[in-house]
Amino acid sequence: MGDILKKVPVREQEAKERAANFEEVCLGYNREEAMEEAARCIGCKNAQCVKGCPVAIDIPAFIGKVKQGDIEAAYQVISQSSALPAVCGRVCPQETQCEGKCIRGIKGEPISIGKLERFVADWAREEGIKPQGALEKKGKKVAVIGSGPAGLTCAGDLAKMGYDVTIFEALHEPGGVLVYGIPEFRLPKEAVVKKEIENVKSLGVTIETNVIVGKSVTIDELLNEEGFSAVFIGSGAGLPKFMGIRGENANGVFSANEYLTRSNLMKAFSADAPTPIMKSKKVAVVGGGNVAMDAARTALRLGAEVHIVYRRSEAELPARVEEVHHAKEEGIIFDLLTNPVEILTDEKGWVKGMTCVRMELGEPDASGRRRPVVVEGSEFTLELDTVIMALGTSPNPLISSTTKGLETNKWQCIVADEADGRTSKEGVYAGGDAVTGAATVILAMGAGKAGARGIDEYLSGCARF
Amino acid sequence: MYQILQAKELTSNIYLMEVEAARIAKACQPGQFVIVRAGSDGERIPLTICDYDRQKGTITIVFQVVGASTYYMKDLKAGDAFCDVAGPLGCPSDLTRESMEGLRKKKILFVAGGVGTAPVYPQVKWLHERGIQADVIIGAKTKELLILEKEMEAVAGNLYVTTDDGSYGRSGMVTKTIEDLVRKEGKAYDVCIAIGPMIMMKFVCRLTKELGIPTVVSLNPIMVDGTGMCGACRVTVGDQVKFACVDGPEFDGHLVNFDEAMQRQTLYKTEEGRAYLAAQEGDTHHGGCGVCEG
Repeated sequence: MGDILKKVPVREQEAKERAANFEEVCLGYNREEAMEEAARCIGCKNAQCVKGCPVAIDIPAFIGKVKQGDIEAAYQVISQSSALPAVCGRVCPQETQCEGKCIRGIKGEPISIGKLERFVADWAREEGIKPQGALEKKGKKVAVIGSGPAGLTCAGDLAKMGYDVTIFEALHEPGGVLVYGIPEFRLPKEAVVKKEIENVKSLGVTIETNVIVGKSVTIDELLNEEGFSAVFIGSGAGLPKFMGIRGENANGVFSANEYLTRSNLMKAFSADAPTPIMKSKKVAVVGGGNVAMDAARTALRLGAEVHIVYRRSEAELPARVEEVHHAKEEGIIFDLLTNPVEILTDEKGWVKGMTCVRMELGEPDASGRRRPVVVEGSEFTLELDTVIMALGTSPNPLISSTTKGLETNKWQCIVADEADGRTSKEGVYAGGDAVTGAATVILAMGAGKAGARGIDEYLSGCARF
Repeated sequence: MYQILQAKELTSNIYLMEVEAARIAKACQPGQFVIVRAGSDGERIPLTICDYDRQKGTITIVFQVVGASTYYMKDLKAGDAFCDVAGPLGCPSDLTRESMEGLRKKKILFVAGGVGTAPVYPQVKWLHERGIQADVIIGAKTKELLILEKEMEAVAGNLYVTTDDGSYGRSGMVTKTIEDLVRKEGKAYDVCIAIGPMIMMKFVCRLTKELGIPTVVSLNPIMVDGTGMCGACRVTVGDQVKFACVDGPEFDGHLVNFDEAMQRQTLYKTEEGRAYLAAQEGDTHHGGCGVCEG
């Protein structure tokens, strides 16, 4: 037995080795490690961790089952609340959610809830154990737009309640950001994502790919012509943002969305994939969020020297601490308090460098973070052949512009009630990045859950108005 | 799967396929495009919708073989299927949003270059079905590369065919025919819609600006998802950056920065990567490779 105040350490692929491959970084717990870690949980009656979980998994209950060695029972506890436990165990920011509230964390390290969840989900998958489906059908059809974390969660919950659910996905592959955005080395596609999607399908959910709602079919047509009684919009974030600086359309400037989609969805990291990706020597990734870390670590694995260029300091990096830590270990260079002002090109229009300025932190701005201010006369040039912009996204107008009566806010995000996902249009619910702007997988899942609850209330005739 | 009902070679290296895609056939409008994937690990290739049959639930696509993916596609036969066909994508043509009275008063000229004849066809047909006759210029390098001439003749007002080498119809580039029609043959046009290789659209726009004819072009830049997610298709129009997949594909040709657009098309065209280039572009290939003279 190790130190009770510390987490049982999790095995990882060694940094130098993994920097050159796309295999998963974290190797997860085995059964003995999981049971040892579970034994650290004191099983609080008034569990704070559950309050920190956007989908309210009964965490002490599942950890209690792991402690007893009944992993199957642990899995059924989790799958009552989450359709994607193997995904969440890997990509949730546990440090600010469940683990951030853990009582154990006051005097030592919190319970490694995320790694335990991952172990339970991986074990269940390997053992072929499926979540339990609905016992009785309701005989009503619900359409879910988008098969990312919000849509899959909403669809899974509705199917468990007995609704007949069809998910419409715009791309050729279901999974949304789980397949196009998050890289293989953080979230294996075949082994993890596909299997969790199959679990959702095993609950009776149908997924129709290549349907761009707003173009292939409208929400009104789904409701009025195709017999759906309600619609949940989980269409995700949308159009990548750029800085608006000179040289941004040069060859060698990509959005993180494009770069990651080529590598993850289209498998361009593999030499025999027909979809190409630029073979870069020196890359700057502009931005400091999780997407920036994903893009940087992908470029590194494709053989480039990679710099993160971020205008604030390390304390303000929006990325998860674990991601920043992994990125540093692998050799990503952090150019903090640095802001690009122009991308320089050669005579053929290719990126050859980026002019940047140094920044310093001034007074706090509206976000509460200290505002970065340019240091006069600090201009310098980074020599590069590739720039990846990871600055977030703005909402995709495909649905809002083709759906009458669907209210959007000044950022063009769909307006929806946080508690039940209700929008301004009757029978239409929404959640995830389409509502909040770019956020996390688990927040989108929480919104998917709320939407399922709202739709069930609406279709059971007991919605609050 | 999306079954192929008809597949034929229109001319050397240019193929036409009628594909089952019920949702797209029901919803599409002239000017829109689809993204196809032939194989389960294939690229996503944007192709303009050339025709559609709402009753049958089919769309017709036309593509030129320029690389690995289109080379694979050309061997598909009736009875085979595409893995994926997604759409309709992009905005419908400006024409479809105008009032009928407004359209009837207009003298419309279409300029189609090479495989760009395919996306011009549904627009001319759409107008014809509404009793509006538009003039059409089709340009091709040589007689053998001319496509859809008969189909176009059936729906166009006046059809002018020109070949660069003079092997058929008029002789010279499409710009020469435009100039002859307007300057020598007493024609006047209120609007021009030009679709073809980027370099052709650039020169057509240069000329029509001089002639004072507002001109719409349909761009087909590199795309990945085609739904507004990746930003690969960004293009500068006036002083704004637009995404061709959601803001276009049609834009005011007099405002498009063609030089930048052409340069962006060379993105995967490194010396060592011509195979990549071919694979990447499918029928969106608009020159710049140093091989096709485009």
